[in-house]
Amino acid sequence: MKIFKKLTAMVMAAGVFISSSAFADTVKIAFIDPLSGPFATQGSNGLAEWKYAVETLVNENGGVLGGKKMEVVALDNKMDGKESLVQVQVAIDQGIRFIAQGNSSGIANAITDMVKKHNKRNPDKRVIFLNYSAVDPALTNDKCNFWHFRFDANADIKMDAITDVIAQVPSIKKMYLIGQDYSFGKAVAAAAEKYLAEKTSIEIVGNELHPIGKVKDFTPYARKILASGADAVITGNWGADMVNLGKSLKESGFDKPVYCYYCAAVGITGTFGAAGNGMLHLVGEGLHNPSPSAAFTEYHKGFKAKYPKWDLSQPRIINATQMLAKAIEEAGSATDMVAVANALEGMEFDSKILNTKVIMRAKDHQAIQNMHVAIHTDDVDIDYDNSGYGMKIFKTVEMASMDSPTTCKMKRP
Amino acid sequence: MDLFIINVIDGLIYGLLLFMLSSGLTLIFSMMGVLNLSHAAFYMLGAYLAYQISIITGFWVGLIVAPLLVTILGAAVERYGLRRVHQYGHVPELIFTFGLFFVIEELVQYIWGRSMVNYNSPESLDFIAFNLAGGSIPAYKVFMLLVSVGIFVALYYVLARTRVGMIIQAALSYPKTVEALGHNVPLVFMGVFGVGTGLAGLAGVIAGPSLTTFPGMAFLLGSIVFVCVVVGGLGSLSGAFIASLLIGWLQTFAASYNVGAGDILIALGYEYPKDIYYHPWRDLWTLTLPQIGPILPYILLVLVLVFRPNGLFGKRES
Repeated sequence: MKIFKKLTAMVMAAGVFISSSAFADTVKIAFIDPLSGPFATQGSNGLAEWKYAVETLVNENGGVLGGKKMEVVALDNKMDGKESLVQVQVAIDQGIRFIAQGNSSGIANAITDMVKKHNKRNPDKRVIFLNYSAVDPALTNDKCNFWHFRFDANADIKMDAITDVIAQVPSIKKMYLIGQDYSFGKAVAAAAEKYLAEKTSIEIVGNELHPIGKVKDFTPYARKILASGADAVITGNWGADMVNLGKSLKESGFDKPVYCYYCAAVGITGTFGAAGNGMLHLVGEGLHNPSPSAAFTEYHKGFKAKYPKWDLSQPRIINATQMLAKAIEEAGSATDMVAVANALEGMEFDSKILNTKVIMRAKDHQAIQNMHVAIHTDDVDIDYDNSGYGMKIFKTVEMASMDSPTTCKMKRP
Repeated sequence: MDLFIINVIDGLIYGLLLFMLSSGLTLIFSMMGVLNLSHAAFYMLGAYLAYQISIITGFWVGLIVAPLLVTILGAAVERYGLRRVHQYGHVPELIFTFGLFFVIEELVQYIWGRSMVNYNSPESLDFIAFNLAGGSIPAYKVFMLLVSVGIFVALYYVLARTRVGMIIQAALSYPKTVEALGHNVPLVFMGVFGVGTGLAGLAGVIAGPSLTTFPGMAFLLGSIVFVCVVVGGLGSLSGAFIASLLIGWLQTFAASYNVGAGDILIALGYEYPKDIYYHPWRDLWTLTLPQIGPILPYILLVLVLVFRPNGLFGKRES
């Protein structure tokens, strides 16, 4: 019995030793997004994209810093602000130095605050926040900080691109703005008002916010939009709010373009099907019909083989992964966060896969890249939701909002 | 005016859909004295089952089969679950249905995944029934309307004009006497629970293509159904009917008219701030009726409970 106990103790000690040594040799990224509950689809899709990017783009190419593997550690925040901060703490306690989060700007705001405070108090355990999807402009303006990097285009940049395209469509004279009633919806409305006034003479016939996730039937909204005589709609809606709005518009007889931020993939493209044809105009980076490069086609094929259920709906994750790996190489360390952040800051990266240059603007840590507006159609090579429907590029704005102003006053350590 | 008429129709369709849910809930409550908190989960289940069946055989088979499956499941839940819990009193029953809601919701998400599913109206109904005021009413909406009215008429006929209905009504008020007269009251209970959940299932089947079949659908509609039942008066079918229509119209009209706090403030003599996006009172200035629309039913609920605790048509003495 004694021998048995001794043996167990030895095995356990060995186990601890092995796991801790494995610890030292991997560079971990804590992925903090919803993996359960109503928003689990978005989170799970993003996780698959991160895992695949890290595996194929970094680990299969020999890792970083001479053979260290990168690893994505999934932490479920249940789309809750408090829970997210708990998970950030969990990640920090596990010695993880990179935090990736994207779903919800509200949560991103909370995380960026926490990271800022944490880094100030714990200079030896600093972390970097890789924001791959939260697009509230404030994150790279008033609330910017040295540890936050945004790889997606923010709501203003997207609106800049949308309005560039709209300005070239002469049939649009009246515009209806509708969005969800929270920080992001308000940011979209403000940006739309500003850019439409600057670039066009389009009249805004409606500008409203509806309660987020609480509207059961969008028919009355659709009626109102129709009655206003709008030639197009701009919306930042996502999830069921996007689908219900689009479907109600279609059912009520609206046959004009709807410019949207989140009207593709994660079930939305599949649910719209033929109803979205010609109506949905998606703005985004890295859209891929036609495929940007042979490398992307290959990458997409590999991704679909491994994760047949999910899509490459957030191609910026590819950039985020490659740029992080590059920054770690340049810094020569995955623990000296100041060096890594300095390497990321101002980085100019040529994405062979997405066929675009990406500049991580030094003054606000906002990635500048090519933006596309694409139309929902079944005439595509790469579909979403395995539905046969996808987004075909209609117009491209090169290095969108390259010189856009920022109110960020970056404080560097 | 044109928009008004179109809103009346839209609100009616939505209200009748609510009634299909609340009728089953209120019947179950009057029978068993317990609120079935899992009611909306059966609605969700109906939509997903119909989606599954529609992939294989098309929409119309799903329309018939899915509600039947939900009915059978509901009856089974009563027979093997609720009936056993019943002996411990109402609170355990309530907790049982509360738990059941999450079990069904998670089960549905486990089977069909956490994203929305592509459940659409049948192609034979993919046309515009008629145009009104520049807006169109799709045939599917008319179909929804007809099904809901049909259900209401059938339900009313069964309860008021048939022998089965008489027994149900008697069992509502005097279960012991009805049992003494030789009727199988537990069977009646099982039947009512089955049919009640079946109605919720049917509501899911016809609402799924229109309001989107997605994991949050039960949660989204669940609470509003309770409002209908309580406002109408617990246990009152006609009350549930009136309350459902009332809430249907309330929500539709609230969403359609952009009356804003800003208009009222201007009418009171205040000046519209120039740079509204950075104004400290921006939230108040930009508050509109559609924004507070979804909470209006709950305000109504509170008011009804304060001034008419039995609901608009409730007879039950608490």
